[in-house]
Amino acid sequence: MLKVDNINVYYDNIHAIKNLSFEVMDGEIVTLIGANGAGKSTTLKTISGLLRTKTGGIQFMGEELKSTAPHKIVAKGLVQVPEGRRMFQNLTVEENLEMGAFTMPPNEIPDLKDDIFRRFPRLSERRKQVAGTLSGGEQQMLAMGRALMSRPKLLMLDEPSMGLAPLLVDQVFGIIAEMHSSGVTILLVEQNASMALAVADRGYVLETGKIVLSGSGKELRESDQVKKAYLGG
Amino acid sequence: MKTRKNLPLIVKYLIVAAVYALFLLAGNLLIKNKVIGLYYTKVLMVVAINMILAVSLNIGTGYLGQLPLGSAGFMAVGAYASAIFMRKVPIDPKLIFPVGIILGGLVSGLFGLIIGLPALRLKGDYLAIITLGFAEIIRIVILNIDKALGITLTYGAANLKNIPKTTTFTNAFIWVFIACFLIKAMMNSRHGRAILSIRDNEIAAESCGINLTFYKTMAFVVYAFFTGVGGALYAGYLGILNPSGFGFAKSIDILVIVVLGGMGSMTGSVISSAVLTIVPELLRAFSDYRMIVYSLLLIIVMIFRPTGLMGTKEFNPRGIMDFFMGRKKRKEER
Ligand SMILES: Nc1ncnc2c1ncn2[C@@H]1O[C@H](COP(=O)(O)OP(=O)(O)OP(=O)(O)O)[C@@H](O)[C@H]1O
Ligand SMILES: [Mg+2]
Repeated sequence: MLKVDNINVYYDNIHAIKNLSFEVMDGEIVTLIGANGAGKSTTLKTISGLLRTKTGGIQFMGEELKSTAPHKIVAKGLVQVPEGRRMFQNLTVEENLEMGAFTMPPNEIPDLKDDIFRRFPRLSERRKQVAGTLSGGEQQMLAMGRALMSRPKLLMLDEPSMGLAPLLVDQVFGIIAEMHSSGVTILLVEQNASMALAVADRGYVLETGKIVLSGSGKELRESDQVKKAYLGG
Repeated sequence: MKTRKNLPLIVKYLIVAAVYALFLLAGNLLIKNKVIGLYYTKVLMVVAINMILAVSLNIGTGYLGQLPLGSAGFMAVGAYASAIFMRKVPIDPKLIFPVGIILGGLVSGLFGLIIGLPALRLKGDYLAIITLGFAEIIRIVILNIDKALGITLTYGAANLKNIPKTTTFTNAFIWVFIACFLIKAMMNSRHGRAILSIRDNEIAAESCGINLTFYKTMAFVVYAFFTGVGGALYAGYLGILNPSGFGFAKSIDILVIVVLGGMGSMTGSVISSAVLTIVPELLRAFSDYRMIVYSLLLIIVMIFRPTGLMGTKEFNPRGIMDFFMGRKKRKEER
């Protein structure tokens, strides 16, 4: 479904992503794990069209995205939930969701909204509350709900568990599993390697812009290298 | 909102237009009967022109969250484009003036596109500097283009004279209405929501599939267009143009109006245009101290209302109707 083929991304003269290749198949959950600064967010931003690769290519459902504008990539069904839960602080929960459906025909918005409120009863209770006053966990739900409003085929999540209490982390991963079972393919970037590998079909380990290890979720969890570096033992 | 019975949109618009027409009629009667003298009629024309300039700038500062400092430049483009056209065209100037005004707006809007497209692609606050530079360049070009090219177009420092004085109380305030109406309609549409969402959070807007460059440029071009319209009316009001009238101070004057009214509030821009145009006239009695008093007033307002007179709120006739009919105020939703 998504094929990242030998990309190289630079910030001026910092070489952030080096000859990176990986694939996400239809219906999978694939995770990209790695320490701070490994280049996880940079990878997602490049796929979303916010940064450009110097080499190689990015194919989504057979189409080359290397030089496609970000808003067109969203319209193709490849949607990112950016790091740090970016909200429209001054808009209500409901209005935030409506913005998420910007690329959708207006007459479908009510149904899409109902669907999100069914999945996230918590958001439904707070539909008239301004997003800026939501708790961290609620904001993450809203960020995911908003992304789902455009009926994505592939959803990219950048550290959805960041800064959340353990109970909420469980909840967020529950939602990820549920979104997946409703037919959304997922590319998950996480620092919480144990949780991410537990839900993922496959995973890639990123270090300083390079993939150093890959395999099924189970294989990676059991690999000594991953255990030592990311699972604390 | 949806639970309340709403009048159909078209009926609402007709009511607003009718009320506004009454206001124009009343103004005209007062002017005809010399209740409002020639001097104050002119002040009112300036009020109207400033209203147009302020509601346009408010798109850039309030809705887009940028700081364009080039209103004087776009105004100059609109003023000169319209004035040159009005001087040359061999038709009754009163009849052709709407064409001159729209032409001024279009030429200015075109400049807005040329400046805005590259400037708004950059992230960060480059727009302030770029528009500031643009306005200065425009002024200097208008000053020197005749000499440089050996033509007679702007007459540079020698003044562009004999521009038909076609701006009136009525047509100036009709353009206030057109500007406010169209800007409001744009901001209430899906395009307007996209523009506001960019101000709120660029990254979130981009992840929702909003084309940042397109919407920023669109808002900026509308700002340039109506600033050009204001310039055209200004030319038809003065009857004579000199590039020195379009310096940096002019841009700042308009910015002050918008900031005082409250960035993001069209109502604020309108009220503040009236206040800041009329107050200095009333202060003429203080002669030399006039500008000091004026500046002090500004400082006092900004200390007590740092977000401007209206903040980002808008005047809503329903609020007043509710008040008089004793209805309960709608619960604040935000
Ligand atoms: N805008 C930028 N300008 C310059 N360097 C950057 C920029 N953004 C990221 N980098 C650098 O690129 C590298 C990869 O950053 P990236 O944000 O992709 O890491 P990450 O894996 O997402 O880390 P984290 O887990 O902390 O979010 C880092 O060394 C970072 O310092
Ligand atoms: Mg990151």
